[in-house]
Amino acid sequence: MFDALSERFEGIFGRLRSRGRLTPKDLDEVAREIRLALIEADVNLRAIMQFIARVKEQASGAEVAKSLSPAQQVIKIVHDELVATLGGTTGKLTMSPKPPTVVMLAGLQGSGKTTAAGKLARLLKAQGLQPLLVGADLQRPAAVEQLRILAERVDVPFYSEQSAPADVARGAMEEAARLGRNVVIVDTAGRLQIDAALMDELRGVRDVAMPHNTLLVVDAMTGQEAVNVAEAFNDAVGLDGVILTKIDGDARGGAALSVKEVVGKPILFAGTGENLEDFEPFHPDRMASRILGMGDVLTLIEKAEEAFDEEQVRKAEAILRQGQFDLDDFLGQLQQVKKMGPLQGVIGMLPGVPKEVKDAQIDDRELARVEAIIHSMTMEERRNPAIVNGSRRVRIARGSGTTTSDVNNLLKQFKQMQQMMRGMGFGRPGKKGKRPRLPVPGL
Amino acid sequence: MRGIAGRAVDEETWEELEEALILADVGLPTTGRLLDAVRARAAAEKVGDTDSVVAILREEIAALLDGSTGRDLVVEPGEPNVWLFVGVNGVGKTTTIGKLAAQQSDAGRSVVLAAADTFRAAAAEQLQLWGERVGAAVVRGQEGADPGSVIYDAMAAASGRSADLVLVDTAGRLHTKVNLMEELKKLRRIVDRTAGACKEVLLVIDATTGQNGLAQARQFAEAVDVTGIALTKLDGTAKGGIVLAIQGELGIPVKIVGVGEGVDDLMAFDPAEFAAALFE
Ligand SMILES: Nc1nc2c(ncn2[C@@H]2O[C@H](COP(=O)(O)OP(=O)(O)O)[C@@H](O)[C@H]2O)c(=O)[nH]1
Ligand SMILES: Nc1nc2c(ncn2[C@@H]2O[C@H](COP(=O)(O)OP(=O)(O)O)[C@@H](O)[C@H]2O)c(=O)[nH]1
Ligand SMILES: [Mg+2]
Ligand SMILES: [Mg+2]
Repeated sequence: MFDALSERFEGIFGRLRSRGRLTPKDLDEVAREIRLALIEADVNLRAIMQFIARVKEQASGAEVAKSLSPAQQVIKIVHDELVATLGGTTGKLTMSPKPPTVVMLAGLQGSGKTTAAGKLARLLKAQGLQPLLVGADLQRPAAVEQLRILAERVDVPFYSEQSAPADVARGAMEEAARLGRNVVIVDTAGRLQIDAALMDELRGVRDVAMPHNTLLVVDAMTGQEAVNVAEAFNDAVGLDGVILTKIDGDARGGAALSVKEVVGKPILFAGTGENLEDFEPFHPDRMASRILGMGDVLTLIEKAEEAFDEEQVRKAEAILRQGQFDLDDFLGQLQQVKKMGPLQGVIGMLPGVPKEVKDAQIDDRELARVEAIIHSMTMEERRNPAIVNGSRRVRIARGSGTTTSDVNNLLKQFKQMQQMMRGMGFGRPGKKGKRPRLPVPGL
Repeated sequence: MRGIAGRAVDEETWEELEEALILADVGLPTTGRLLDAVRARAAAEKVGDTDSVVAILREEIAALLDGSTGRDLVVEPGEPNVWLFVGVNGVGKTTTIGKLAAQQSDAGRSVVLAAADTFRAAAAEQLQLWGERVGAAVVRGQEGADPGSVIYDAMAAASGRSADLVLVDTAGRLHTKVNLMEELKKLRRIVDRTAGACKEVLLVIDATTGQNGLAQARQFAEAVDVTGIALTKLDGTAKGGIVLAIQGELGIPVKIVGVGEGVDDLMAFDPAEFAAALFE
């Protein structure tokens, strides 16, 4: 899955590289590949057409930069256009000058509305606001109870009543005034966009609550249907933004692009797990790379360009490409990487690195230990770690102030990392099911 | 699709068929395989009009889905029978159990529901309400309790009252979460302590799911040996085409279909009907 698009582009441009300029025919071929990649990522066909039209426009006028191969060039154009499409201000609700600010959450059944209501309340409370959570889903068994429990966990007041959804909204506005709450978050029942009666009901709730933020809650695993859902909800109640849930899985998340193409309003937040703190502002750049299936490799290239001198960049590229690097290269890498910022951030941007690794707490101080171990090795040992036998291990451990099992671990993990690098070198798919570890102790 | 009826088949026809399948979330590989088969048959049978080609495509789809073994959910009289429901978050596990409990009670079986989703807020209450609605006993633990002990208790309760069937509701989990998938394996092992009790492991798939559905099926099947798919939310306009890829690549059949939030909104799966609906 990783690098699918890069691989395809490399295929097209392998022939083209010598010619150096994009012809309209090349562009058609490129467009075809982009279409396939976006279909695999669950972007709706209609959204793909609109998107590709814009990319073609950009690409045909583009100057070919010397520093990039044609493949990289086109990937950059596609990526930038995708970021621009997905972009817009994120993580910010429209606040009403006259409190309370009202937020209404709507969407299909099971998309994550109630959970998002709880998460939003938690976030706003942490920002110093005083939210009221309102349970207006009188449809699903125990939906009100679910939100009541979440309200308790977040420690914000909760309101609901056994009546009709619009009446709940009315009562909630009064309750907010009585308690002096400055944000009202209304959770509504899930509904299919083709259910006319329930869409009417939703309009009824909106007309009473008059939300400043009507947000569509969309599951990141949604397929082609995302466009229909977004369009219908937008037509029915007028959307101001989107919350994309369940991005903690491995869905490519093309629904984000589908919805954005249709609604045009910002994707404000992303749900990253089942717990209330698993909620963050939506990152268009991360999502773009994810949809294209290539990790945040562009940001990595950019960061690398800032931190590395030119020769180092070439070397790094060769390393990524071929996975042929030894411990000495690795030491050089470590020292360069340290200039790029905390390791956690850098690893997060690498394509193909398992989420468990990305999420693991990486202590930059551990790097010092790795550096010390490599420093204590001879050049020959760095080039060919296989020769490091028992007595050499003892010597290295003593020299670096570590233990032989530290040395062992580093060598073992380095070997796995070499395999991983080989697996993820641009264009080569990683070995399935393999979870290599980075040669950093504690990972 | 409507516009192409009666026309002679040309490249545009094939493109439109491809689009219809992709819009139904069938996915590129399965779409390609299906259309290759249809092209071959159309050539061999010297068929040249779109109506016939669409008919062939429907047949191919139905045949792909039919290639499976039976769709009946297994209950053996006089034996412990457990059906385990698994899937990602929010797909309709609890609701499907509620509907099935009603159906099975109506068929004269006594049913025990095990509320082994002890994680999501009010998940047990939700199942409890379904139990009350359909007249099935519900065994539950405290929130945050060990789901394994809930299953154990439910199976003990079922054997104590000689109930026919235990339906086990589990917490939604993304197939990528290693720990949660390990937990699920453990739950299955608890059921398996009573040899032969686990008659069905049903993976619930939401019809709006895109290509990720295949990854879900692969991971859940690997973890707990899924016996069938419950395809929910087919009452919307989403087609649920990913089940074609699941059947084609993993050989897991769709067994039941959810078509609404009500207690009666559950149907047996009909491949021909499903194939026809893909082109509506
Ligand atoms: N993994 C994950 N699960 C989520 C996320 N958001 C919601 N869920 C789960 O999805 C399921 C449905 O969520 P819920 O809020 O009840 O959806 P609603 O029917 O739209 O109100 C529950 O099991 C939630 O725990 C998320 O961002 N990640
Ligand atoms: N329209 C429709 N909604 C359904 C169907 N099955 C379940 N739902 C709804 O989907 C939401 C999530 O269902 P639930 O059973 O709680 O999912 P779980 O998290 O997998 O247990 C609820 O609002 C259900 O009412 C179906 O077949 N059609
Ligand atoms: Mg809800
Ligand atoms: Mg449930």
